Amino acid sequence: MYRIIERRMIVPNLHELTVEAPQVTESVRPGNFVIVRPDADGERIPLSVADWDAEAGTVTSIFLQVGASTSKLARRRPGDTIPTYAGPLGQETEIRKYGTVLCVGGCYGIGSVYPVARALREAGNTVIALLEARSSYLLYWQDKFRSVAERTLELTRDGSAGYKGHITRLPEILTLEKIAPDLIVANGCTLQMMLVSRVTKPLGIKTIVNMNPIMIDGTGMCGVCRLTVAGKTKFACVDGPDFDGHEVDWEEFLKRRKTYNPEEVHPLRKSGCASHF
Amino acid sequence: MPKTIAPKKVPMPKQEPFERIRNFDEVALGFTPELARREAERCLACKKPYCVEGCPVGIDIPRFIKHIAEGDFKAGIKTIKERNALPAVCGRVCPQEEQCEKHCVLGKKHEPVAIGRLERFLADWEAASGSIEKPDIAPSNDRKVAVVGSGPAGITVASDLAVLGYAVTMYEALHEAGGVLTYGIPEFRLPKSIVRREVEYVRSLGVKLHLDYIVGKTRTVDRLLKDFDAVFIGAGAGLPWFLEIPGENLNGVYSANEYLTRCNLMKGFRFPACDTPLKRARRVAVFGGGNVAMDAARTALRLGADESHIVYRRSRKELPARLEEVENAEEEGVIFDYLTLPLRLIGDEQGWLVGIECQRMELGEPDASGRRRPVPVKGSEFVMEADASICAIGNSPNPLIPMTTPGLTIGKKGNIEADEETGRTSRENIWAGGDVVTGAATVISAMGAGRKAAKSIHERLSGSKKP
Ligand SMILES: Cc1cc2nc3c(=O)[nH]c(=O)nc-3n(C[C@H](O)[C@H](O)[C@H](O)COP(=O)(O)OP(=O)(O)OC[C@H]3O[C@@H](n4cnc5c(N)ncnc54)[C@H](O)[C@@H]3O)c2cc1C
Ligand SMILES: Cc1cc2nc3c(=O)[nH]c(=O)nc-3n(C[C@H](O)[C@H](O)[C@H](O)COP(=O)(O)OP(=O)(O)OC[C@H]3O[C@@H](n4cnc5c(N)ncnc54)[C@H](O)[C@@H]3O)c2cc1C
Ligand code: SF4
Ligand code: SF4
Ligand code: FES
Repeated sequence: MYRIIERRMIVPNLHELTVEAPQVTESVRPGNFVIVRPDADGERIPLSVADWDAEAGTVTSIFLQVGASTSKLARRRPGDTIPTYAGPLGQETEIRKYGTVLCVGGCYGIGSVYPVARALREAGNTVIALLEARSSYLLYWQDKFRSVAERTLELTRDGSAGYKGHITRLPEILTLEKIAPDLIVANGCTLQMMLVSRVTKPLGIKTIVNMNPIMIDGTGMCGVCRLTVAGKTKFACVDGPDFDGHEVDWEEFLKRRKTYNPEEVHPLRKSGCASHF
Repeated sequence: MPKTIAPKKVPMPKQEPFERIRNFDEVALGFTPELARREAERCLACKKPYCVEGCPVGIDIPRFIKHIAEGDFKAGIKTIKERNALPAVCGRVCPQEEQCEKHCVLGKKHEPVAIGRLERFLADWEAASGSIEKPDIAPSNDRKVAVVGSGPAGITVASDLAVLGYAVTMYEALHEAGGVLTYGIPEFRLPKSIVRREVEYVRSLGVKLHLDYIVGKTRTVDRLLKDFDAVFIGAGAGLPWFLEIPGENLNGVYSANEYLTRCNLMKGFRFPACDTPLKRARRVAVFGGGNVAMDAARTALRLGADESHIVYRRSRKELPARLEEVENAEEEGVIFDYLTLPLRLIGDEQGWLVGIECQRMELGEPDASGRRRPVPVKGSEFVMEADASICAIGNSPNPLIPMTTPGLTIGKKGNIEADEETGRTSRENIWAGGDVVTGAATVISAMGAGRKAAKSIHERLSGSKKP
């Protein structure tokens, strides 16, 4: 059993979850995820690691309430316990000196791209953050980003903060802000990562995305997380979840993600991020 | 006076097929004491018991059967447990017709003695009696051993070493212990309550169990070696193979591991009471002919499929599955498409599987394995309708541990190389055994490997001074 230290809604429908798991903090790296099971009959769901405190032995994730498991998690309070919290899993995001790196975060990906931005900065890169959401009230952690990023840009669909519009405005934003990134790292919902990859491809900017297929074990045992990258089948949980966004077969990926749509009631799909999945 | 011997085994009471395909309860119901004694009386108590040679852990078979015939079940189970820590499991899932029963002299003229059923009977009798005998545990020797994986290999090493006075910690990646016994073999063949009972037994010997702990990720083997005198790797062969034909990433295409894990470990058959969904398919095609394929095809029927097919490229004679399970599958209405090879999976617009293009095969000359090689029949391609396919053609060891343990010699198929007699690997203080060494094999061979490794670890650690 793993003890919940904190669980609070930080913006509508997005929750911050901090769990006591010293065995995870020992070896966690940016880009890793954990497998969480909210109760005894619960599903195993993957959540990206958004931060950790090695001294306290705690790990933080940001999750979007979408279906049964995330709704159960959203009802947990500090002091409650959950039966499974396994990790760290997946390959870490490759951290080295690239030069200028643009970190794009949306939805829960604002959280999960934060440790990536921090590590890139520590590795001597110039980090620029671009946080996107439907509206300003869905943005969070701007302060944390300001402490690691040279510039923290915002993009909202309704224009209530920063640039107005969709992530497809990215090339224009790069020009207006005079940014020539050597690498783009995008974390967030599938649609966002797909669109970022689509618009950066003609620009020839290498784009790393943090893929989020359906998973069960998270250790390479079941194969449900497979996707096609550069024509080859990969298991996201062990070969990824980071992949080159220009090489991912997005069409296939989107179809596979919908496998259980009819079975899973998504009670809150209409709130929060409309384009989630 | 020579006794007359019933030519056939005493039949095992079973759930009727029409009934059992609607539930996940165990198919075979087990012997009553009367049936067990009747079967035990068929044994000739051979002076030179060939059956024992066929048992990978060398159980004294005539002795335990004699105890049954005499009605002394307590002595019987004790005899088995001298050699086998998991009799309730082995009695159910050992491929007896290839092992102990294959060598039974009765088998020459009649059916062999039903050794597996008798073993199962004793194990169940003991569990029902409520008093499980524990072996004497040696005083602590201050040595610590880490066991990676809680399948049959890991369980055997852990219990053998715990009895010898070692402090043993077992690490398991999943949220339940038992390995394939828990996530792979279905409830209707091996009730999970039995696996849990065996795991509890190992814990009662003082073994510590850490679940949700992925060695190679949470901690590396080398990190474990800082705290432990030896590490045993019994991580199994959990990486699923696919056919590598077009269309395998369509929706509705599963590995057997995914399908069975959803159903067994995640209790998908109880969806939506349990959260993990498992789709109901109408026509299911399972590729392969081993135990895993039988389990998947029979699970699909129980989940409500109209038709469940086994698509196998050779003929019935070559099926690698246990005969008993093939017969059970046939009785339940699984359709066997022999001499059939899937070529391509066909999907609809939304990416869902709708059909499988197959080709007929015929048997040609024997290949290296001695089985006749299937060769395609030209122009015999056809499309079978299917909305789910399950690939059960094999597994190899997961690369997580090999990748993160420098200096460990790895074989061609990703298996960890270890000495057959001792389980020693290329690294000092690291042992390995079970499917992770041999590739997918059997429960009893994994246990045999575990037993040898425990012996070797004991010799090594007791022969040297503590640093
Ligand atoms: C490596 C990885 C990291 C992830 N990190 C995070 C994270 O940090 N925060 C977060 O909120 N989510 C994250 N996800 C997604 C998260 O796992 C899913 O949102 C979660 O499994 C949904 O579970 P549920 O039972 O609440 O919803 P379900 O009832 O399972 O699903 C509800 C809806 O969400 C869709 N869905 C199903 N599985 C997923 C999935 N894996 N990802 C997204 N949508 C899914 C379904 O199609 C369905 O329409 C991550 C996924 C992966 C693979
Ligand atoms: C569906 C199915 C049906 C079968 N039917 C039969 C049968 O009827 N008769 C028979 O004799 N055999 C059968 N087998 C084969 C038999 O189950 C295996 O040969 C046996 O379980 C192997 O035992 P093991 O201990 O080596 O590995 P496993 O049972 O595979 O156990 C390995 C354990 O290690 C864990 N693990 C893996 N990696 C790590 C890691 N990095 N860190 C921590 N833990 C890890 C795994 O989660 C798993 O729990 C069947 C197999 C399957 C899949
Ligand atoms: S352990 Fe298996 S092989 Fe040995 S006697 Fe029992 S059933 Fe036969
Ligand atoms: S070979 Fe057969 S008859 Fe002889 S002791 Fe073994 S089980 Fe009994
Ligand atoms: S989640 Fe099972 S193999 Fe990746």
